[in-house]
Amino acid sequence: MTDLILIFAQATTRESHLAAAISEGLSLGAIYALLAMGFVIIFKATQVLNFAHGALAALGAFLVASFATLINFPGRFLPETIPHWLRWSLSALCALIAAALVGMLLERIFIRPMVGEELFAVAIVTLGIDIALRNITNDFIGTDPRPLGDPWGTKILDLGWVTFAHTEVAQILVSIVLVSAVALFFRSRTGIAMRATAFDQEAARAQGINVGRIFSISWAIGAVLAAVAGIFVSVFPRRSAGVDTATAFFAFKALPAIILGGLDSVVGAVVGGFGIGLAEAFVGEYVSFSFLGSGFAGIVPYLVMLLVLIVKPYGLFGTEEIRRV
Amino acid sequence: MRGRPLLYTSYESDQSMLNTTTKKVVLGAFLAFLVLLPFTGGAASSGDRLFDFSIPFVGFLSSNDYLQLLATVCVFAIGALGLNLLTGVAGQVSLGHSFFMGVGAYTAVWLGAPEGPLLGMGLPIWIWLPAAGIVPAVIGLIVGPTAVRVRGLYLAIVTLGLVFIGEYVFRNWRSLTGGSQAGRSFQELDIRLWKEEVPLIEISQDGPWLSTNGKAFLMMLVVLAIFTVLAKNLQRSRAGRAFQAIRDRDVAAEVMGVNEFRYKLLAFGISSFYAGIAGALLTAFLGRTIPERWDLILAVQFIAIILIGGAGTVSGTLMGAAFVIMLPRVVQNFTEWLKGAIDEGGFISVIADPIVATSANDTGIINTLPGVGPGLSVLQANQVLYGLLIIGFLIFEPLGLYGIWLRIRNYWKGWPFTY
Repeated sequence: MTDLILIFAQATTRESHLAAAISEGLSLGAIYALLAMGFVIIFKATQVLNFAHGALAALGAFLVASFATLINFPGRFLPETIPHWLRWSLSALCALIAAALVGMLLERIFIRPMVGEELFAVAIVTLGIDIALRNITNDFIGTDPRPLGDPWGTKILDLGWVTFAHTEVAQILVSIVLVSAVALFFRSRTGIAMRATAFDQEAARAQGINVGRIFSISWAIGAVLAAVAGIFVSVFPRRSAGVDTATAFFAFKALPAIILGGLDSVVGAVVGGFGIGLAEAFVGEYVSFSFLGSGFAGIVPYLVMLLVLIVKPYGLFGTEEIRRV
Repeated sequence: MRGRPLLYTSYESDQSMLNTTTKKVVLGAFLAFLVLLPFTGGAASSGDRLFDFSIPFVGFLSSNDYLQLLATVCVFAIGALGLNLLTGVAGQVSLGHSFFMGVGAYTAVWLGAPEGPLLGMGLPIWIWLPAAGIVPAVIGLIVGPTAVRVRGLYLAIVTLGLVFIGEYVFRNWRSLTGGSQAGRSFQELDIRLWKEEVPLIEISQDGPWLSTNGKAFLMMLVVLAIFTVLAKNLQRSRAGRAFQAIRDRDVAAEVMGVNEFRYKLLAFGISSFYAGIAGALLTAFLGRTIPERWDLILAVQFIAIILIGGAGTVSGTLMGAAFVIMLPRVVQNFTEWLKGAIDEGGFISVIADPIVATSANDTGIINTLPGVGPGLSVLQANQVLYGLLIIGFLIFEPLGLYGIWLRIRNYWKGWPFTY
């Protein structure tokens, strides 16, 4: 509480700090929201808490880096006149498709045999996937960061009272578009089938829903959302050098976001993501006591999560589990 | 009831720890082997051993670096027994085991390390070792109520948060932990009555009979034996049955009169106690610790131990600890052997070539020259193997190594019949 008072006391006096905290918080929140949404979609459809999300994000970012800079696909087959941003977007699109395929493949090989097992066992399987996938990806990345070659670069958009990096504008816009797309998707035929599957797999099967296909689709969407988040983690201003071996760990900070919102709520993922992002940014900007040491902002998400769970064990928007004997 | 296996006439004999003669004999022989191992030859300088001969086939285990590995196995087994009680027996998934290990380690460091620029009180082992268990247990009981309120996957994430918060505290509490990446040294395995110069039992020096690693191994073995008996006993007590009831269905357990809150809290406390002891012993034995040691990877390693060994079983946990800790050495030795085979040529090199990359332009799954060319380093290959083993065991053999052992045993029990 004293921290909050401190934040507002300083906020009124130092305008630029407030603006910096808001822009930082929004861009962080956008990344957390993207990651959290990926978690939630996979959880809603398959009842699997995907610990491999961070590895998928790093893999996605690495795929973008390799498609855009290393092998220059499909740019090498296109005429020279095509502008750089279009060239890069096409590469990124190819990389996202590849990421989706990886997600579907992982689900088919490792998760499908676990259908009907305890939630915990399946979650630990994804933890195993995370370890294996993360180390393989890190081996491909190597010791030096891989730049993504993105068209935004280090350009800054100056609105006078607040500055946004172009990447931050892009990630806020992209996350808004993707959130709306996911919200619309749940209204579509496949989306309704996914909700039915989430509710009761057997009953969904009995209604003629291809549950296996729903699983594949949810993992593909989850992997794409993770990859998009991975891209934005690996560009200016967060890690301008590119995707490196620490990228995969970033996704763990999205876990508080989904807990805050509730494991099975898309709205909760977005609210939780932005809430956690803003909290982290504000604390990073305003709270600097010497005894707190360095990196306090980094654990704010977890502290917020613990506080919320004491009050609401199923998060803000999560469905309360009805337990029967 | 001689000659009538599996016929129990009393509850005590059914529930006894070693309920068959075979178990007693095999365990006794195995323990005798482990105790004798550090006394036998195999070290580079034979002056520090009681016997010169080495045990056939497994004599290489008595060399100093293998004794160190075996002592590490014992320490990890202690920690894993704690996690097994919480996750395997009581069914509460915890990814925060390394946090409690860290708390135990730094409690031990504070009390046991010699006075100096960093915090330290120079107290003997019989004070710092129990304290290293009690402090984490108390912290476990403090954070427990939050953890008890949430269940299932929410709990896994909450405990994951503990690891990150703990790592942050350890990194920033420089006067105790020595700070990020720097760490501090702590090598106080010697047993003293109080702060006297000459210890009662000296462990950190080679003796006339045993090397220092041999002494440390025997000490860890004794501690492990005590904690194994405690864990096994707990599992068949009132509390252990309550844990299992909660694991199998918490609401049903509550309906039957099991106080869910109390027993979950108890499981948390005991598990943290074990973790703290393991953390303290690991630090004292390896001699140095950095705050980054107590991270998520360590917690996952413990999850791997109990899942690969077989969740909910004490013997499985012990097997899992041995398997997971020895695996890196096996992979390393195997890689070196394959590399040697490639250099020699012959038919093994044909198989070995796609597995091991020996030069910059060579392709292989494992690269012996890290940083040069593609291929996993031995360390990465180990991590990937952990991951794949966790997946493989969960999909194909949820009971882990214990399940495999059970199947082998049952096959021979019924042989030549199939059941």
